Amino acid sequence: MIETRNLTKSYGTFRALHDLNLEVGEGRVFGFVGANGAGKSTTFSILATLLPPSSGDAFVGGHSVRTSPAEVRRLIGYMPDFFGVYDQLKTEEYLDFYAASYGIPAGERTVLIGQLLDLVNLSEKRDAYVDSLSRGMKQRLCLARSLIHDPKVLILDEPASGLDPRARVEMREIMKRLKDMDKTILISSHILPELAEMCDEIGVIDRGRLIARQSVREIQSMMKGDRTITVKLNGLARAAAGFLEERPFVSAIRRDDAAGEVTFSFSGSQTDQEELLAAAAASPLGIRSFAEEETDLEDVFLALTKGDGAI
Amino acid sequence: MKANLSNPVLMKEIKLRFRSPKSFVGILFYLAAMSLFVIGFIYLMTQDGSSGGYLDPGQSYLLFTMLTYIQLVLVLFITPGLTAGAISSEREKQTLNMLLTTSQTSFQIIIGKLLSSIAFLVLMLVSSLPLYSIVFLYGGVSPKQLLQLLFYFLLTTVAIGSLGVMFSTLIRKTIISMIATYGSVLALLAVTGFLSVFFAVLSQGGASPAAHLFAAINPAVLTASLLAPDSGGFLHEVTNLRWPIWLIYLLFYLVVTATSVFVSVKSLRVNMARGK
Repeated sequence: MIETRNLTKSYGTFRALHDLNLEVGEGRVFGFVGANGAGKSTTFSILATLLPPSSGDAFVGGHSVRTSPAEVRRLIGYMPDFFGVYDQLKTEEYLDFYAASYGIPAGERTVLIGQLLDLVNLSEKRDAYVDSLSRGMKQRLCLARSLIHDPKVLILDEPASGLDPRARVEMREIMKRLKDMDKTILISSHILPELAEMCDEIGVIDRGRLIARQSVREIQSMMKGDRTITVKLNGLARAAAGFLEERPFVSAIRRDDAAGEVTFSFSGSQTDQEELLAAAAASPLGIRSFAEEETDLEDVFLALTKGDGAI
Repeated sequence: MKANLSNPVLMKEIKLRFRSPKSFVGILFYLAAMSLFVIGFIYLMTQDGSSGGYLDPGQSYLLFTMLTYIQLVLVLFITPGLTAGAISSEREKQTLNMLLTTSQTSFQIIIGKLLSSIAFLVLMLVSSLPLYSIVFLYGGVSPKQLLQLLFYFLLTTVAIGSLGVMFSTLIRKTIISMIATYGSVLALLAVTGFLSVFFAVLSQGGASPAAHLFAAINPAVLTASLLAPDSGGFLHEVTNLRWPIWLIYLLFYLVVTATSVFVSVKSLRVNMARGK
């Protein structure tokens, strides 16, 4: 549904984007991670037909942003990272204006606007002036605006930026609903764990280059090399430690007899890890739980960008 | 490329402009000032002992002339203020990108902005017509003249409004766009006048097309020519040419309007095919 081919954008001698190649399938959610100025918003602006690429091309639904920008605009719902509102319009009028801008007949708009306000939890603000809404509400209203013409693709540039924790949770819930609606979503965020929760894939962009593009788990694995795993036991921790010492890829075993748990580092692949779990489960150790400690995506990101990522 | 009343930008802008009490207060003050001027003028003229307590057609015509120049100043100095921020203010308020990603054509957006900006001025002009009409009570002015002037004001408003929208599209900052638009109005008023005199002097009494053309596109000259058709003869004497002033004015301002709208439409959205 979304594809970029050698997409490059230069400003004079500065290259904001460098041969970006990307494919996002229909119904997939792709998260874009990168420091400020890494090239996320530049990519989004090109896909939204607001910025011409210097070379290469980008396609949405098979339409080139270079040759068919009008068709691309019909397919996308775009939410910029910074946006303003028309302060003397009411919430309903605001959405009605954009509905008219997409050629939606006047007779269909009232019901449509009601459904969208419902989706973003703003039904009770239908008659409120847009200017009186909180930042979180304005973000949700902007999201509703981007959905007004039922686009197949959503391009959301930092939709949760600047929101307080409660507003972020609300935004995350809405994103999940959009994912369930089979929208193809390209989203960027600085709140990396939030991307991990909702994205199928994540791309890490640094200095205009896509330096990693994998599933959240794969990116974590790629970075870790050694994963930390904690095993809780009904039996003796000492027996478990002995069992682990004989297994490949296992190192740095730490035993906590009082808690009945063993923590160790594991450098094998996902398959190796699954084999270890199967062997442990088949042993008489009495395993209560076998859990891999979550590595913070921020750590992954910082490591991938060699610590220069300003997040 | 449709630009009818269903134009979403036009409807939204009109709603926003007329929702603000400032617009109505502005019209109120303008009409109040005009009314005071008209009543004051009639009072002073009829108090003069030689007038016999009534306004003669000559005085009525003088009132009409003064009102016309007030309206001209209104058109020339308010239109840039209303139009020079049409697009740049959307950019400054960070609403332009969202507008540009909708399905509206660039032509729809530009025409919506232009018409909504000048709608307020047209309302001011039309609402002052009853005041203008007072001169009919005293004679000296024909309805045809009034209609000619109204059409002339509309043409000038649309042309200057188009220039304002064009600068607003080309220039990112509203303040600089305003300066450029006011500068253009000043050029149309003062520079064309100066160049007309300059070429007339240079021709040393011979035919001077340049002097005639520069004079013909000057709003003050056409206003004088519409108010006193004989004044056109004065220009003909100076330039030794008999080209109709109104026709040159009409063609010039239609070209200005068309060019400005064309440039605005072409510049509103980036050319995605041209990589930079």
